Amino acid sequence: MYPSHYYYTKDHEWVEVQGETATIGITDYAQKHLGDVVYVELPALGTHLAVHQTIGTIESVKAVSEVFSPVSGEVMAVNEDLNGSPESVNQDPHGKGWILRLKFAAKGDVNALMDAAAYEKYVAGLEG
Amino acid sequence: MSYIALSDNDKKEMLERIGVSSMEELYCCLPDEVQLKRRLDLPEAMPEADLLRRFEGLAARNTYTNRLSFLGAGVYRHFIPSIVDYLSARGEFITPYTPYQPEVAQGTLQIIFEYQTLICQLTGLDIANASLYDGAMAAAEAVLMASRLNNKPKILVPRSLNPQYRETIRTYIRNLGVRIEDVGFDADGRTDAADLARKIDKDTSAVLVQSPNFFGVVEDLKAVGELAHGHQALFVVAVAEAASLGVLEAPGASGADIACGEGQSFGLSPSFGGPYLGFMACRKEHLRQLPGRLSGQTKDVDGRRGFVLTLSTREQHIRREKATSNICTNQAWCALRATMFLETLGHDGLREMAMQNIQKAAYAASVLGRIQGVKLRFRGRFFNEFVLELAKDAAAVNTALQAQGIIGGLALKDAYPELGNCVLFCVTEVHTKDEIDRLAVRLEEALR
Amino acid sequence: MIREPLIFEISDKGKRAYTLPKLDVPEAKDALAGLPIRPEIPGFPQVSEIEIVRHFTRLSQQNYCVDIGLYPLGSCTMKYNPKINEKVAALPGFTESHPLAPADTVQGDLEVLRLVEDYLCEIAGMDACTLQPAAGAQGELTGMMLIRACHEERGDPRKYVLVPDSAHGTNPSSAHLCGYTVKEVKSNEGGTVDLEDLARQMTGEVAALMVTNPNTLGVFEYDICKIAEIVHAKGGFLYMDGANMNALVGKCRPGDMGVDVLHINLHKTFSTPHGGGGPGSGPVAVKSVLEPYLPVPRVAKKGGAYALDYARPRSIGRVKSFYGNFGVIVKALAYIWSLGPDGLKEIAEVAVLNANYIRRSLDKDYHLKYTTPTLHECVFSDKFQKEFGISNLDIAKRLIDYGVHPPTMSFPLIVHGALMIEPTETESKRDLDQFIDIMKTIAREAKTEPELLKAAPHQTIVRRLDETGAARNPILKWEKSPT
Repeated sequence: MYPSHYYYTKDHEWVEVQGETATIGITDYAQKHLGDVVYVELPALGTHLAVHQTIGTIESVKAVSEVFSPVSGEVMAVNEDLNGSPESVNQDPHGKGWILRLKFAAKGDVNALMDAAAYEKYVAGLEG
Repeated sequence: MSYIALSDNDKKEMLERIGVSSMEELYCCLPDEVQLKRRLDLPEAMPEADLLRRFEGLAARNTYTNRLSFLGAGVYRHFIPSIVDYLSARGEFITPYTPYQPEVAQGTLQIIFEYQTLICQLTGLDIANASLYDGAMAAAEAVLMASRLNNKPKILVPRSLNPQYRETIRTYIRNLGVRIEDVGFDADGRTDAADLARKIDKDTSAVLVQSPNFFGVVEDLKAVGELAHGHQALFVVAVAEAASLGVLEAPGASGADIACGEGQSFGLSPSFGGPYLGFMACRKEHLRQLPGRLSGQTKDVDGRRGFVLTLSTREQHIRREKATSNICTNQAWCALRATMFLETLGHDGLREMAMQNIQKAAYAASVLGRIQGVKLRFRGRFFNEFVLELAKDAAAVNTALQAQGIIGGLALKDAYPELGNCVLFCVTEVHTKDEIDRLAVRLEEALR
Repeated sequence: MIREPLIFEISDKGKRAYTLPKLDVPEAKDALAGLPIRPEIPGFPQVSEIEIVRHFTRLSQQNYCVDIGLYPLGSCTMKYNPKINEKVAALPGFTESHPLAPADTVQGDLEVLRLVEDYLCEIAGMDACTLQPAAGAQGELTGMMLIRACHEERGDPRKYVLVPDSAHGTNPSSAHLCGYTVKEVKSNEGGTVDLEDLARQMTGEVAALMVTNPNTLGVFEYDICKIAEIVHAKGGFLYMDGANMNALVGKCRPGDMGVDVLHINLHKTFSTPHGGGGPGSGPVAVKSVLEPYLPVPRVAKKGGAYALDYARPRSIGRVKSFYGNFGVIVKALAYIWSLGPDGLKEIAEVAVLNANYIRRSLDKDYHLKYTTPTLHECVFSDKFQKEFGISNLDIAKRLIDYGVHPPTMSFPLIVHGALMIEPTETESKRDLDQFIDIMKTIAREAKTEPELLKAAPHQTIVRRLDETGAARNPILKWEKSPT
């Protein structure tokens, strides 16, 4: 269910590391609890994010959730497709539903995050 | 009078089911020290007949309604077609709740959708909300919206803006890091373009201009809009006399990014200050920062068209402290009346009504302007209000008029000390030629 | 039922519903010169009078309303709206009054305002009142501004406002608009404010605590006096959201509980009609310490006459134009005079009786998260029905099939899957029993025929609407389709 090479946060964000770049999105658990996503607020390119700084918000019909940056870095790309198709976050949260890509400021930030096994255990605990 | 629907038997059975022996026991969770141990000190209950008599007595003490009045200044008398009162009095319009359950509120939701459409058509903008409290609060919300959009702290506001709108804006922005800077008005009664050009800078979030302005003068909106945009500021247009939208250029066509104002002229009585109808509209790219409720079109599971409150994530019940506004209950029934009014007047009726306002006010200004001791104060073209400068003390003149059964215009000295003996007169389509001529005769007497 | 189109869809050139009297002044040819005249407004309606009458009459038939049946919406107090109130509010002496008329010509209007201010002070146990705020939310904002103004005059506006986690969304929203940062206070297992958490968070940096009493679970904050002490000991103010005053009228008064400022919803407790979403009225009543900051103008009595007093240098200013939603205020006055002291007290007693009757009748069928005694409303959750895959939303939609408006859902946030029920005091036992029977039936259906609930409602003019689609692709006005 949760890609084994991703890292995860307690706030249900995931990080995929590709060299000096990190791709960030929200997990399947998060999208399920939000319901149908209607809008994703994306940050501007070049924004410098600190760990746990708000990236933007994700809206469903009845709720709004803040997305927090799991790692620090500079925003290099945002997923413009989400403007026209916010439902990608529901349909493919770990793939097509990616939110942004950033250039690592400190790659070591990922060491504070959970791996797939730990995250699965964490989520199981929440749902119990 | 009581509106309780329980018999003594009912109460007995209900107490039994609950398992208590008296109503008092239901309040056992109230600590003794807070219980009120006396009757409320209020007048004894009045049955309908007495109530009506009492209210008729109160209403009769309002001698204003027997006078011929030329007061405007943000509140306008227009003829309201009889079907507006008739239809809006239906229990299905007065007694429902906010349409949170759309399946049983399609009436309300469709009417809001029609209202939003009408406001967009009249303002020439893309999106309108379901209503705000009044024109003053709408202006405050517009200013806050502008500041949220471009994160700048300064709003330029001409002194020709309705003083109550300015005061309300001041109260709202006080603790939010936004400030107003005044711009003067010129001999035409319009925003002083040179003063505006001097004061606009990189900190300016928006320029807010009212048109027709508080003096009744129609502003040169296009010019102000160009200046605002030239400095990356937003252009906000406030309309206090909504009837003007029937014939004057729409704010959107004049470059406005946001339009706000007062819809009282659309089917609401003066009613001593409320309830009124704040409206607000904006360009589509600003949708997510627009405050207030929105009714949106959608389909149901069977593919039928329906309407539903939408984009609620902007609002307080979801966004809580990060909401665009704290507004919850708005002025829905007033918007309903406005919708009925506008649909009844229709395109041609609204335009003709607005034209008559222009003609009657022009006639009045010319007749009154010919009186010895009366001068038209501003050169700018006006809609249905104009400022006259009198050779005598304005308050004394108004007192003399009142003795003749006439309520003159609003004396401007208190709000504008430099306009010492000036009075703001309003003439709408409800004033007859005879009434205007009568004012002229009495005004002339008062100035001898 | 005929599905009624949008007015724009039946509009056509040449149709007219309204004729003006002919222009009786000489037409000035140059009257329009120099004015920016707009061209025709494409799509603006042109319909006949009968079409308008049928349009709105048919649309009205698509609305549920209090005149049709019960609205058990928690914290909304959807009580009966007396018709005599409508009649007196429509008297031309009131409707034609201009708010800027000379004071001596509108003495009746000013007396109405003054009477209601005084009566609300007596009912709430407070010293002064403003009627200017147009609704509860604006009342909250006004109340918070008064608090801030007082702190500022004392030298330090402070930084925070405390709000219980069970609070209505307008509470934190209003505090924020005042420049305060909101901090949440936890509720204890009884659903009331956790005194320990409050004592820990109440510091000299907190301007106020906003409390609702009874709270949004219908539970009376038993420790309200202790709460007030904790807040006052650190120099803060106690703000009360008066949305639930219906449980307290004539039984106890916020002013006697240590409340410094509260707002009241005339469109809840005082029977003024909800109108599909307003207009309401949100008067704010205060203890004398906050009186100097009240919005301007105040209604003063000098000799035998009423006047508007603008000489209020410490006032927070205006929160809207003029004096408040006067047309609504007249209705509240009619209500207070109609009921008198005994009638007002009876409101609270019967509101509490009706709510507890429902609670007792349904407490085996629906889950009650908090077993604390409740007053005029109670909050069930969908926990029992969740076992069958049924949520509070499904229950709500199925209620509609039975001709009843659903209760408030998913609020307060501390009860997951909430169903907040407030019948009010004007419901008959027959209507209450009918509601109870329907709720029991639905609880049974949840077990035996859950698909019925999931697909509900079945009988309404539209069924479940695509709210996701409405938000993803907003269509917020009619537009002419390109031909």
